[in-house]
Amino acid sequence: MKEYQTITEISGPLVFAEVDEPIGYDEIVEIETPQGETKRGQVLESSEGLVAIQVFEGTTGIDRNASVKFLGETLKMPVTEDLLGRVLDGSGQPIDGGPEIVPDERRDIVGAAINPYSREYPEEFIQTGVSAIDGMNTLVRGQKLPIFSASGLPHNDLALQVARQATVLEEEGDEDSEFAVVFGAMGITQEEANEFMEDFERTGALERSVVFTNLADDPAVERTVTPRLALTTAEYLAFDKDYHVLVILTDMTNYCEALREIGAAREEVPGRRGYPGYMYTDLAQLYERAGRIEGREGSVTQIPILTMPGDDDTHPIPDLTGYITEGQIYIDRDLNSQGIRPPINPLPSLSRLMDDGIGEGLTREDHADVSDQMYAAYAEGEDLRDLVNIVGREALSERDNKYLDFAERFEEEFVDQGFDTNRTIDDTLDIGWDLLSMLPKSELNRIDEELIEDYYRDEAETVEADA
Amino acid sequence: MSQATQDSVREDGIIASVSGPVVTARDLDARMNDVVYVGDEGLMGEVIEIEGDLTTIQVYEETSGVGPGEPVENTGEPLTVDLGPGMLDAIYDGVQRPLDVLESKMGSPYLDRGVDAPGIDLEKKWEFEPTVSEGDEVAPGDVVGTVPETVTIEHKVMVPPDFEGGEVVAANEGEFSVTEAVVELDNGEEVTMHQEWPVRKARPAAEKKTPREPLVSGQRILDGLFPIAKGGTAAIPGPFGSGKTVTQHQLAKWADADIVVYVGCGERGNEMTEVIEDFPELDDPKTGNPLMARTSLIANTSNMPVAARESCIYTGITIAEYYRDMGYDVALMADSTSRWAEAMREISSRLEEMPGEEGYPAYLAARLSEFYERAGYFTTVNGNEGSVSVIGAVSPPGGDFSEPVTQNTLRIVKTFWALDADLAERRHFPAINWNESYSLYQDQLDPWFVENVEDDWPEERQWAVDVLDEENELQEIVQLVGKDALPEDQQLTLEVARYLREAYLQQNAFHPTDTYCEPEKTYGILTAIHTFNDEAFKALEAGVPVEEIQAIEAVPRLNRIGVQEDWEAYIEDLKAEITEQLRELY
Repeated sequence: MKEYQTITEISGPLVFAEVDEPIGYDEIVEIETPQGETKRGQVLESSEGLVAIQVFEGTTGIDRNASVKFLGETLKMPVTEDLLGRVLDGSGQPIDGGPEIVPDERRDIVGAAINPYSREYPEEFIQTGVSAIDGMNTLVRGQKLPIFSASGLPHNDLALQVARQATVLEEEGDEDSEFAVVFGAMGITQEEANEFMEDFERTGALERSVVFTNLADDPAVERTVTPRLALTTAEYLAFDKDYHVLVILTDMTNYCEALREIGAAREEVPGRRGYPGYMYTDLAQLYERAGRIEGREGSVTQIPILTMPGDDDTHPIPDLTGYITEGQIYIDRDLNSQGIRPPINPLPSLSRLMDDGIGEGLTREDHADVSDQMYAAYAEGEDLRDLVNIVGREALSERDNKYLDFAERFEEEFVDQGFDTNRTIDDTLDIGWDLLSMLPKSELNRIDEELIEDYYRDEAETVEADA
Repeated sequence: MSQATQDSVREDGIIASVSGPVVTARDLDARMNDVVYVGDEGLMGEVIEIEGDLTTIQVYEETSGVGPGEPVENTGEPLTVDLGPGMLDAIYDGVQRPLDVLESKMGSPYLDRGVDAPGIDLEKKWEFEPTVSEGDEVAPGDVVGTVPETVTIEHKVMVPPDFEGGEVVAANEGEFSVTEAVVELDNGEEVTMHQEWPVRKARPAAEKKTPREPLVSGQRILDGLFPIAKGGTAAIPGPFGSGKTVTQHQLAKWADADIVVYVGCGERGNEMTEVIEDFPELDDPKTGNPLMARTSLIANTSNMPVAARESCIYTGITIAEYYRDMGYDVALMADSTSRWAEAMREISSRLEEMPGEEGYPAYLAARLSEFYERAGYFTTVNGNEGSVSVIGAVSPPGGDFSEPVTQNTLRIVKTFWALDADLAERRHFPAINWNESYSLYQDQLDPWFVENVEDDWPEERQWAVDVLDEENELQEIVQLVGKDALPEDQQLTLEVARYLREAYLQQNAFHPTDTYCEPEKTYGILTAIHTFNDEAFKALEAGVPVEEIQAIEAVPRLNRIGVQEDWEAYIEDLKAEITEQLRELY
C-alpha cells in the first residue's frame, strides 16, 4: 500500500492527488494531516495519474503535505448480530463506550441490486396501531413508506410510535419472529437524537436496535455514507439472521443537501434546484434496499422521514422520493394546529402495497371497501368546507351537511388518537363503521352490499355510540 | 444480450479513467455503439463517444473497484438482442439478460457483476414445423416454419432481413435447438430459429399504414372516451400516486393485443415482482391461457445501473418489432419514459455535454420521437399485417406537465391520458382527467365501434362528453354560490354528471368483475345513465321537484352495474325500474 504526498488541489470536500499506480473507482482512502489526524474518504473519479477523493470528515486541516493512502478496497461495514443494542457514529464507529465490535463479516456498503426475480411480493400486514395508517394506508413487511413532513411537525413522534407499536398479526402456532430496528440519523440535532435515544431506552427498544447517528454538526459528506451503513446492517440482520427489520432514516432532506454539496464541489451540471441529475438513481439505491427475498425469513421495511422545504411536495426531494417509494404518509400542518395527533392527512397519503396486504384472512373482509368509502367521503366533506366558508351551512343540502359532519368526526375520532394509543385493526375498522353509518346506506356506493348488511349500524346503534 | 456469435474481430484497449458508469479507454479500436467488456471482471458496456485516442464507454454494471490500466475488450458488434422462441414468458434486465438465469448463475438474490447470459436458451430443443418445402423460393422476411412457443403463441421462424433469399434445398421437421439450421437455401444460407438484431435500429417493414382498429383495453374511460388504435401511441403522464403503473398493468392484462412487451424502466422492484407473480396466474381474456404466455417482461429497476436503463426501452421495442414481423399485434408498455430520459441526462452530464432544457441533453426530443416512430400499423416485409402500439408512462417532476419530457412526448403521441392527483386523492380511479385528455384516433376508430359494437356509439359518447363539459362549467358557479342556488335543470345535469363519473368513468381495477369491461358493457352503462337522464328531464318538465327525482330508489344502483357479471339483464331491469319509478312521480 503506497503512501502519496502529492495533493494538487483541495476544494470543499474534495481532494485531488497525483498517483503513479491505477486506483479503483469507489476505493477507500485514508488521509493523514500533518497534525496526525486521520480522515477517511472515497475515490470519486479515477484516471491515469490523478484521482478525485471525497473526504467524509471534511477537508479542514488537510494541506499539500498531507499523506494519502489508498486501502485497495471499497467501503465496507463490519456486520454481526452483536450490533444490536449498539450506538455508532455516522461512519460506523461505536460511540457508546461499549466493547469493540468483532465482525462476522465485512460487507460492501453499496448493496448490489436485488434481482426482481428473487424478490417476494410484500403482503404481510404490519399493524402499527395508528388508525390513519392501518385503516387507510396500510404498511406491509418489505415496504418503503416515507413520512412527508415539514419543519415544526411531530414526525419523530409518529416514527417512534410506529417503531414502538408495530406488530404482525401472527397466525396461531407461528413462532414470534424477531423484530429489530435500525435507526439512521443524518444531520439531525443533538436534541432530536436524544428524543429518539430516550424513547428507545425507556421502552427497552434499544436492545433490539442499531443506532447510527450523524448529527447536525458532523461533517455533511459523512451523511452520504450513514444510510448505506444502516441498510447494509439491516440487510444482514434480515436476510442472514432472519430478523424483521424496520429501518428509520431521518432526515432524508439532509442527505440530499449533502449530495448537492458534493455535486457543486465537483462542478457537475446541476439538475433541478441545484440537486445533481443522478439524485433519482442515488435515492433509488437506498430505498430499493427494502423488501423481501424468496426463501429468506426476514424482511427490510423502511420508513424514511423527510422534511419538505417550504411544505412543498413538488420540491425535488419529496418528488423523487414519491416516485421511488411505495406510497407516502403526509403530516399536515393544519391538522397539527387543530391539535390532532398524529396529524396525518390521509387524502394525499397513499400506500401502494395496501391492496394485497388487506382483506379476508389478512386483516378483515371489509377493510378495502371501508377505506375506499372513507376516502371518498372525507374528500367530499373537505371540498364542501370551502363552500361553507362562502355560503354558510344553512345554504347546503342535508346530504352535504352529513358529509361535513363526517369530515369533522373523521378527524376527531378516527385520525386523532394520540401518540400513545395503540389500536387494533378491528378497533380501527369499527370506528370507521361508526362514522360511515352517519351516511345513508345509498351513499355507500363503494362498499359491497353484503358488507353493508353485516356492518352498517342502524340509527339506534349510532346514537348509542355517540353517547 | 446476444453472445451467440463470438468470431468477430476484437481489438483491445486499456482503461484511462473511471467516473461512475462512464469509463474512458485508450488505444481501443471501436466503432460507435460497439459493445465492449470492461475491466478484469468483464463488465458490459457500450461505446458512446470517440475522441482522438480516447473512447468513452457507458457501462451497464456497477464500476466500484474498477481502475485505470485494466483491459477493455471490444466485441466489434453493436448492442444486439437475441430473437427467437423463448422470449415470451421470460423476464429480462435492460440488456436482455434473463433474470432467472442470472439468479441461478450467480447463486444469489443480488445482481452480481460480470455475469452474462444469452437472451434465449441456446440449448433448448423446439419443435419446428416447416411451412415451405424444397423448391420454394423464399425472400428475406418470409416465414419458413412455425414453433409452438407457448400455449397461446405460435412463433414464426423467418428468413433474416439481411439474407439474400433463394430456393429452399432442405426444410427439416423435428426438434432443434435455436442455433441449428432448419431451412437451407441454394445459395448456402442457413436459416435458424435464432436471429440477432441491433437494438437501436428499427427492423424493416414494407409499409406503414393508417391504424383503423382500436386496441380494446377493457377500461371504460379509455375505450369509451379516449381510445388508442392498434399501432397507435399514447402517453400517460401523472404525478406520483396518480395510478400510472396500475393503468399500465391494466393495459398489460386486458388489452386485446396478441403479444405484450412490458418494460419496467427505472421503476420499483416490488412492482416488477408483482407482475412476475400475478401474470402467470391471471387468464388472458382472449384465450383463457395464462397471461404470461403472451408476455415478455423487461425489468430494469431504479437501482440497477443507469446505462442499462437507457437501453431497456430499445431492447423492448426490438422484441416487439420481431413479433410484429410475424404478423402479430403487439402492445408495448414503457413505465416510465421519464426514467429513460433521466438516464440519458445522467450519461450526458457525465460526458459534460452542453445541456438543453432542465439539464436534459439537446437530443432528447429526437430520441423520443425516434422511439415512438417505431410504433405503427405495418405491412411487414413478408406481406403480413402487424402492429406495435406504444404506451409510455411519463413521470413529470412535481406533476408539472410543462416539463421537457412530457412536452416532447405530447408532440409525438396521438393519445393523451392525463392523470390527475386531485382525482387520485378522492380515490376516483382510474384518475384520468376527462377534461384534459384526448385521443386523435377517435374519427379513425369510430367506424369500427359502429360496426362491431353499436350504431350510435359516437353519438352516445358525444352526449357523455357534453354532459361532462357542462358539469365542468357549472362546478365553477357551484363553488361560488352553492348547488341549491342553481336552477333545477342544471342541478339535474350535475346529478347525471355525477353518475357518469361514478358509474362510467370510475372503474375498480381490483374488483374481479369490474377490472375488465367489454365495449358492449361500456356502451350499456352509458345508455343506462342516458335513460335516467331522459326520463328525469321528462319528470322535471312535468313539474316533479329535483329532490324527488334524485331520491328514487333505483338510481344509485347505476353505480353497481360495473360489478355485475350478468350485466345485460341487470341493465335492462334497471332501465325499466328507473323509468317506472320516475313516471310514478307524475
